Amino acid sequence: MEALEIARWQFGITTVYHFLMVPLTIGLGLLVAGMQTLWHRTGKDHYLRMTKFWGKLFLINFIMGVATGLVQEFQFGMAWSEYSRFVGDVFGAPLAMEALLAFFVESTFLGLWIFGWGRLPRLIHLLSLWAAVLASVFSAYFILVANSWMQHPVGVEMVDGRPVMVDAWAVFTNNTALVAFPHTVFGALAVAGAFLLGISWYHLWKRRRDGLDSLGPDGSLVVGNPRGARDAVDHAVWLRSARAGAVVAMIAFAGTGITGDLQGKLMFDQQPMKMAAAEAACHDGTGFSILSVGNLGAQSCDDITAVIEVPGVLSFLANGDFTTEVKGVNTLLPEYQEKYGTTLPDDPMYGERAGTEIDYLPVMEVTYWGFRIMIGFGAIAAAAAAAALWVLRRGTVPESRWLMRLAVFGILAPFGANSAGWIFTEMGRQPFVVAPNPDPSGIDSVFMFTAAAVSPGVSLAELIASLVVLTSVYAVLLVVEVRLLVTYVRGGTASAMPELAHAAEDEDEDEDDDAARPHGGRKDDGDVLAFAY
Amino acid sequence: MTEALPTLWFVLIAVLWAGYLFLEGFDLGVGMLMKLLARNDTQRRVLLNTVGPVWDGNEVWLVTAIGATFAAFPHWYASLLSALYLPFLLVLLGLIFRAVAFEWRGKQDSDSWRNRWDWAIAVGSFTAAAGIGAALALTTTGLPLDANGDRVGGAFAWATPPALLGAAAVVLFCLVHAAAFVALKTEGGVRGQADRLFRRLLPFALIPFLGWTVLVQVRTGSVVTWLAVVLAVACLTASYRSAVGGRDGRAFAALGGGMLALVGSIFGAVFPVVLPSTLDPAFDLTVQNASSSPYTLGLMSVVACFGVPLVLAYQAWTYWVFRRRVSEASIPAAHAVTAL
Ligand code: HDD
Ligand code: HEM
Ligand code: HEM
Repeated sequence: MEALEIARWQFGITTVYHFLMVPLTIGLGLLVAGMQTLWHRTGKDHYLRMTKFWGKLFLINFIMGVATGLVQEFQFGMAWSEYSRFVGDVFGAPLAMEALLAFFVESTFLGLWIFGWGRLPRLIHLLSLWAAVLASVFSAYFILVANSWMQHPVGVEMVDGRPVMVDAWAVFTNNTALVAFPHTVFGALAVAGAFLLGISWYHLWKRRRDGLDSLGPDGSLVVGNPRGARDAVDHAVWLRSARAGAVVAMIAFAGTGITGDLQGKLMFDQQPMKMAAAEAACHDGTGFSILSVGNLGAQSCDDITAVIEVPGVLSFLANGDFTTEVKGVNTLLPEYQEKYGTTLPDDPMYGERAGTEIDYLPVMEVTYWGFRIMIGFGAIAAAAAAAALWVLRRGTVPESRWLMRLAVFGILAPFGANSAGWIFTEMGRQPFVVAPNPDPSGIDSVFMFTAAAVSPGVSLAELIASLVVLTSVYAVLLVVEVRLLVTYVRGGTASAMPELAHAAEDEDEDEDDDAARPHGGRKDDGDVLAFAY
Repeated sequence: MTEALPTLWFVLIAVLWAGYLFLEGFDLGVGMLMKLLARNDTQRRVLLNTVGPVWDGNEVWLVTAIGATFAAFPHWYASLLSALYLPFLLVLLGLIFRAVAFEWRGKQDSDSWRNRWDWAIAVGSFTAAAGIGAALALTTTGLPLDANGDRVGGAFAWATPPALLGAAAVVLFCLVHAAAFVALKTEGGVRGQADRLFRRLLPFALIPFLGWTVLVQVRTGSVVTWLAVVLAVACLTASYRSAVGGRDGRAFAALGGGMLALVGSIFGAVFPVVLPSTLDPAFDLTVQNASSSPYTLGLMSVVACFGVPLVLAYQAWTYWVFRRRVSEASIPAAHAVTAL
């Protein structure tokens, strides 16, 4: 093991982990803001409960995004100091702007939202949430500008061997970023859609199992209406959430498809080797492989054969027609070697690797399957959402426990698609950390090998220590986080609204206690905080 | 003009660090007080809720300080963070545990659960404060860096007396600052306890901070920066007087002012060096040789011109919204979530 390998594992693990929380934050945040807006405009109780319940889950998840995001901010300097020195002039700016323009808004206004129930005027309270949520979307834009520059360096000139920003507009309107941004936001919405659908399905199912809701002899729905947290409003909460989730998941998949297609076209121009590796294609061709067999891990494509291939589709993905020959690995390798060299330069920055041969081929098992898992899981989730919408037309779900489990585990599919997409994108960029771009819109002479990026002063032992510690801490936190989420999900709306739980207990109290009334307005019941840690 | 930009950014980063120490200073301190001051669960919840709505916003001052260093002085960012690999790892772990503990501690109704997360908050806050203190002290007193800006001397080359001094300086400052803050933000028993703690701690808690400042002044101080030290001591004295006179607000503000003067005098004295090398002054990172291009700095300046005042405005507003004192009576009953 070398420092480089450890640093890469650490970066991959921590970033993919961070990106489990991020899409849920972005996607669910937008949906919760929508719910509260509906409540604000209609005053209907089910919208309030939706806001509170999904908002609670949003917050439990949010905090993990914050905790793991911190690591990202420091990690470039700690483990990738040569990288930071090389790209600092362009790369630091979007990161700093993200903090100054997005994270400040996000964290401050979220604090106002969490603690502002009953204290802020209702409209201001609602706008606080919108500010926080839009800031999280904005933060995604900034970080994607940074990442896209690594995929497609633009707006710089080389001065003394380092890229120096000369055109900020080009950096911030990098076409790679402009398509990655909507693609990522749609990816986030896909996560949130499946999340809503799966959890609501569970509650609708539970209402049926507990005998609250049933289907009459004519197949029409009879909604149970006991006092407290599981009244008829509760049914509306889950039904509306489930439908909203299904619709969002379908729209999101369409969105990722359209923007993903644009990304494919850019990738064809900008990183042809990534395209070839995504197809595990040795020879030039037009067909999109659905299943290839052979030893993908052998790092030689000659024994890989596409078993099922759809002719023309690859050309369409790459260039919008059905005939363009997309270059395969065998064609590209000599081109890369001619342009960027066959061996790493004899520079001390490469350490022991100086002079060794460069392997331009990314790990094809990962790129090939990463690409397919992304699309496949997304498609499965969308198809399932469509089916769910059909099933939900009656206003409830079947009694089948098996189907309920499927819906709940289906939540994982878009998460998987997101991780797979990133792993594909990042590992497909190897052996470069800043990828050179043969197409004229990028700058071909600006690139950096990953082998040169790691911190020279940091010892292997330090990296191993941090990798082990961070990974184990993350693992423990994930277990606790999931357990908490499950507890809160199981508790239903009452877990976010104690007043509902109490209403069910105080059976013989006055009928018109204020338990069922919205609690968002200013209320002056002494000094007790509406929300407290 | 292009000469002035790196200086401007040096000042701005000093301001970000000062803002961070001022704001997160009290919430890190409150975190430590969870185990030092509070006597029962309700009191611990009072403490937590004094910073509940604001701690995350305060922490972004750190994220911004680090991000701005990356943007404006990539070489400073790269050298400092890689040289202090283990201290920053500890800072991160502290902040991670603290963050999740804030959110999680009330989410299960069991004493052992709460106790576990209280420790996470207290120890996490302590570690973060100590690590940040060590890092700031070292960036002003020096690290063994080679010509490329990389650390030599192994993983613990930073473990020197200045690191310890800086760690003690920030930890103790956070503790007194938090005591003043809690006295200002609470009512009832906790307030009295905090007030007493503040008066007991203040006379000596700032000694390491002063020691660090003087260490820097002796090396590279100027008349102006020495004057800032004098101003700081005056502020601290005023703070103690106000506390004795029962004026929480003034005591808190004067203490904060004293810390700001100390930070100002430290950064003022080291300028234009951002990270000295203890091996050879020729390897020092300075505002000139560590900075980004004038173009990037110009762009960032425009953004900061709009961004920084805006942040100050809405964060100030948040403190206004949540200005009411928290007391044991304002803490709602714990809410245990049970599966349906
Ligand atoms: C739910 C998530 C999700 C879904 C359903 C899809 N994607 Fe995706 N995809 C991502 C989530 C994602 C991502 C994780 O967000 C990535 C990683 C980097 C990025 O910008 O977005 C990504 C990257 C990514 C890239 C790589 C860009 C590059 O490396 O430069 C391409 C070409 C596509 N996607 C194409 C598609 C296509 C054609 C899809 C067909 C439906 C698709 N994606 C569905
Ligand atoms: C702005 C955002 C991002 C930046 C700047 C960035 C940058 C980097 C850097 C510097 C490396 C290390 C060098 C390397 O091994 O390639 C890396 C690797 C990696 N990143 Fe990203 N990354 C970003 C976003 C993401 C996201 C969101 C994910 C996934 C969720 C991700 C997944 C990975 C993985 C899996 C690796 C390991 C690749 C390998 O070792 O071959 N990255 N990235
Ligand atoms: C590898 C580069 C990345 C860095 C340096 C980074 C940095 C951070 C930091 C410091 C935070 C905590 C902010 C706070 O304290 O409030 C955070 C949270 C967040 N990050 Fe990342 N991040 C990275 C990757 C990404 C990517 C690729 C995206 C989106 C596409 C993203 C989106 C977010 C969002 C929306 C949040 C706030 C919500 C949450 O905390 O869950 N980040 N990130």
